[in-house]
Amino acid sequence: MFAYIIRRIFAAVVLLLVVSAVTFAIFFLLPRIAGETADQLAAQYIGKNPSPEAIAAVKQNLGFDQPLYTQYWNFLKGLVGGAEYKFGPDPVTCHVPCFGYSFKNHLEVWPELTKRVPVTISLAIGAAVIWLVSGVATGVVSALKPRSIFDRLSMGIALAGVSLPVFFTGALLLTLFSYEWPILDNLEYVDFTADPLMWARNLMLPWISLAFLYSALYARLTRAGMLETMSEDYIRTARAKGLVERKVVVRHGLRSALTPIVTIFGMDLGLLLGGALITEQVFSLQGVGQFAVQAISDNDLPKILGVTLLAAFFVVACNLVVDLLYALVDPRVRLS
Amino acid sequence: MTELQKTTEPAAQTPSGDPFLSVRDLRIHFDTDDGLVRSVDGVSFDLHKGRTLGIVGESGSGKSVTSLGIMGLHRSKRARISGEIRLNGEDLIAAGPERVRQLRGRELAMIFQDPLTAMHPYYTVGAQIVEAYRVHHPQATKKQARARAIEMLDRVGIPQPDRRVDDYPHQFSGGMRQRAMIAMALVNDPSLLIADEPTTALDVTVQAQILDLIRDLQEEFGSAVIIITHDLGVVAELADDILVMYGGKCIERGPAETLFDAPEHPYTWGLLGSMPRLDRELQERLVPVKGTPPSLINVPSGCAFHPRCPYAALTGGRSTSELPVLTEAAPGHYAACHLPADERHRIFAEEIAPRL
Amino acid sequence: MTDTQATEAAAIPSPAPASDREPLLKVTGLTRHFPIRGGLLRRQTGAVRAVDGIDFTVNAGETLGVVGESGCGKSTMGRLVTRLDEPTGGTIEFEGTDITHLGVGAMRPMRRDIQMIFQDPYSSLNPRHTVGTIVSAPFKLQGVQPEGGVKKAVQDLLELCGLSPEHYNRYPHEFSGGQRQRIGIARALALKPKMIIADEPVSALDVSIQAQVVNLLDDLQQELGLTYLIIAHDLSVVRHVSDRVAVMYLGKIVEIADRDSLYRSPMHPYTNALMSAVPVPDPRRRQRAGRERILLKGDVPSPINPPSGCRFRTRCWKAQEVCATQEPTLTALKTGHQVACHFPEQGEGND
Repeated sequence: MFAYIIRRIFAAVVLLLVVSAVTFAIFFLLPRIAGETADQLAAQYIGKNPSPEAIAAVKQNLGFDQPLYTQYWNFLKGLVGGAEYKFGPDPVTCHVPCFGYSFKNHLEVWPELTKRVPVTISLAIGAAVIWLVSGVATGVVSALKPRSIFDRLSMGIALAGVSLPVFFTGALLLTLFSYEWPILDNLEYVDFTADPLMWARNLMLPWISLAFLYSALYARLTRAGMLETMSEDYIRTARAKGLVERKVVVRHGLRSALTPIVTIFGMDLGLLLGGALITEQVFSLQGVGQFAVQAISDNDLPKILGVTLLAAFFVVACNLVVDLLYALVDPRVRLS
Repeated sequence: MTELQKTTEPAAQTPSGDPFLSVRDLRIHFDTDDGLVRSVDGVSFDLHKGRTLGIVGESGSGKSVTSLGIMGLHRSKRARISGEIRLNGEDLIAAGPERVRQLRGRELAMIFQDPLTAMHPYYTVGAQIVEAYRVHHPQATKKQARARAIEMLDRVGIPQPDRRVDDYPHQFSGGMRQRAMIAMALVNDPSLLIADEPTTALDVTVQAQILDLIRDLQEEFGSAVIIITHDLGVVAELADDILVMYGGKCIERGPAETLFDAPEHPYTWGLLGSMPRLDRELQERLVPVKGTPPSLINVPSGCAFHPRCPYAALTGGRSTSELPVLTEAAPGHYAACHLPADERHRIFAEEIAPRL
Repeated sequence: MTDTQATEAAAIPSPAPASDREPLLKVTGLTRHFPIRGGLLRRQTGAVRAVDGIDFTVNAGETLGVVGESGCGKSTMGRLVTRLDEPTGGTIEFEGTDITHLGVGAMRPMRRDIQMIFQDPYSSLNPRHTVGTIVSAPFKLQGVQPEGGVKKAVQDLLELCGLSPEHYNRYPHEFSGGQRQRIGIARALALKPKMIIADEPVSALDVSIQAQVVNLLDDLQQELGLTYLIIAHDLSVVRHVSDRVAVMYLGKIVEIADRDSLYRSPMHPYTNALMSAVPVPDPRRRQRAGRERILLKGDVPSPINPPSGCRFRTRCWKAQEVCATQEPTLTALKTGHQVACHFPEQGEGND
């Protein structure tokens, strides 16, 4: 088990390095392949009509004239040791972990990014809790009473939920509850530590609109999983013991049916950034998703790189947690 | 006791006193999209404490559904059950599901064919036995229940039970798992143990161990046992009485000795003739039963066995039109066949017995 | 029996059973070890010795039955012989050609001659293909154009296997287990193979159907001169179908003999135990059998770390010190009867 954990963590670190290298290559190599020279690249960091001297200076200071692997190496060094950019007359320090320095608005990427993280995390966790609870509960009840009215109704809603995108449900909720009946208006993000109640109140609509799609998906998944599990031999054994039905369902049925849900949940949590991006746009939340959108429209390479790496880190970390969780849940994985 | 009006279907002659389990005209039908499946269609038998009944049949004969019906585990929205299942005088069909649940695991216990799939893969063997014990002993502490689990594992012959109690099912060998299943079934000293193909998934040397164990435990606890199997060898090892099922009905029932020595029903002859036997000289050729077992949705009219029966023509057409009833052919030995008993005995003596 | 005697016995040249023709299939020292990896670096820390050095031959036209309990390596052996799995060591010769390490391409012409029948008639047929497509698949794979066309050939095969030619356009789910097994057999026979390897061909079938399939295999052998290697756990079925029988335990053959010799006077204690464990449909024997039965204790040891010397010694009631130190070799003690045991039974059936 210990060897398994070590191996998984090691694999995760290697994966992150590969992802960072690939991302790095995509952002810095692709422009070159497209025919952009190092000069043009450097010119982006200076104002209009740059002088050749200035370009040469930037090129040298930022290392654009060096081979790509050296640039990547410097980037990695910056992550663990910080970096110093001699941009203009005064050198700029980029603190550890240096994810790069935005020359568009002269800010380090990392602190900018971390400012946004709590918003996105709040959005993700709240939505995850809502979709997990509502999806699994709906799925279980549907599975226990297949073909019942509840089953047909909830699966119908689930089908609609799967097919409705966040920007539709989000906009709809916003129209209904912020403008039509202003129960939940003035949806400013409030930090959890400042006012938990306001935090929850103001995030409620984003949560629901983001969770709706996943909740529908999870309801269908849980239903299918439960239907399969409840026909297993060990469920019959549990009944043969004389257990009350509730215990049969929860202790024996749900326990098994949840295992694949846990796997998918971990991956979805990692991939949530995509959904969060749209939700943040709809509800004007200053989260990582908006940061990414902004960076892309500004063509601010260090920022894009930073966001991409952060997202990759989340995905890899969530997958790692899922793998370890899986071993915890299923003794057959743990002991083999 | 209105169901007892069928005087032609009395229970087998068993030791005196009231039977512990008495099944009368049990019918379990399932509504499916393809039609009504008559899984069990009028089965009656009695079983006394300390005795073993073997139910033999091929797949789809209704033997497993019968046992699930007794356990009250057939219950689904689409199942319809009728008849009588009296356990110690109490009718389980009339009793509510909650009452049957209370009896399940305490008075009625069951072991299943494949112990790997029948045990929950995520819980330790000990935890599953403890659970079975505490359902019916809510006052027992965890410690007491665990001690009881270890005691049971020891009783069924698992070495180092105090250590193996914390193992997961997949860490046990097939034979060990079946022992653990038996320990789980017997943890509440049930009066009736139903074993559904308990050794089919096991190797022959392990099968011998498990059959031995079931026999020993029965002697020790004096419970009634129903063993359900397709293997005539296995029932011959354990059963005092045998019930042969075909197409959801009981077609022959009698004491084990006479059933093997003088089987009455052509289907039973077919079963005996189609299996190669180690205790006989090698036959040149096996004598299979022609055709395939019937679909329970479209059970053949009259005698369900008639399309496969080599002697159907000798009944003057009754085999296709008339349902044969169980009649006593020898003391305590019943068969449902249109052929006159004398005729059957002649055919068996002249044509069948020499081949067996 | 002492060691010297055993060596003397070994000196007797191995008898050529039944015929002295070149055997159709000759297996020598066949081994298959599945590596076990562990630790941080996933290095090989051991091996499951599923098949651990077995020798046997199958002559043209005969049936060799292989019996043993689960985990004895009999199915792995079947997969090795059909080259569905790669042997770790040893050689497999078919008609004098070494096929041990032939690649997929080089093996293709061989596949015509060696066909396989599987245990589960439910999962070994593609549910989306018609019977016609399933049975004619070997023609397409081998690029064979049968006389009179594919459809005619398939219908002939169906008829040969006791199915109706009209079944050509039906799907597997419309058939019962026994009929599906017949479809599987028809597919195996399509290319007129010389040898059929059947892994538990009847164990998934109902008793009354088993006999039908066993008889079909019998008839086909007579009609087409087939050679069978039948792997099964059911000793009575194996006795019925085989000319010779090999008994496997933990990756080794412990006894191999002519059918009658083996069943009348088994020499290896394990074979004895196996036979006495088979339940017999005769309740009168119950009391007697209870006394006579040899009840083996415990489970089969792990093939990862098999016992030293004789692998059966941990469960054997005759085991002595020599059994732990010296591995008994498969030795012919009688014509056509080889056994690997230091203390073989010399039963009443010495004919």
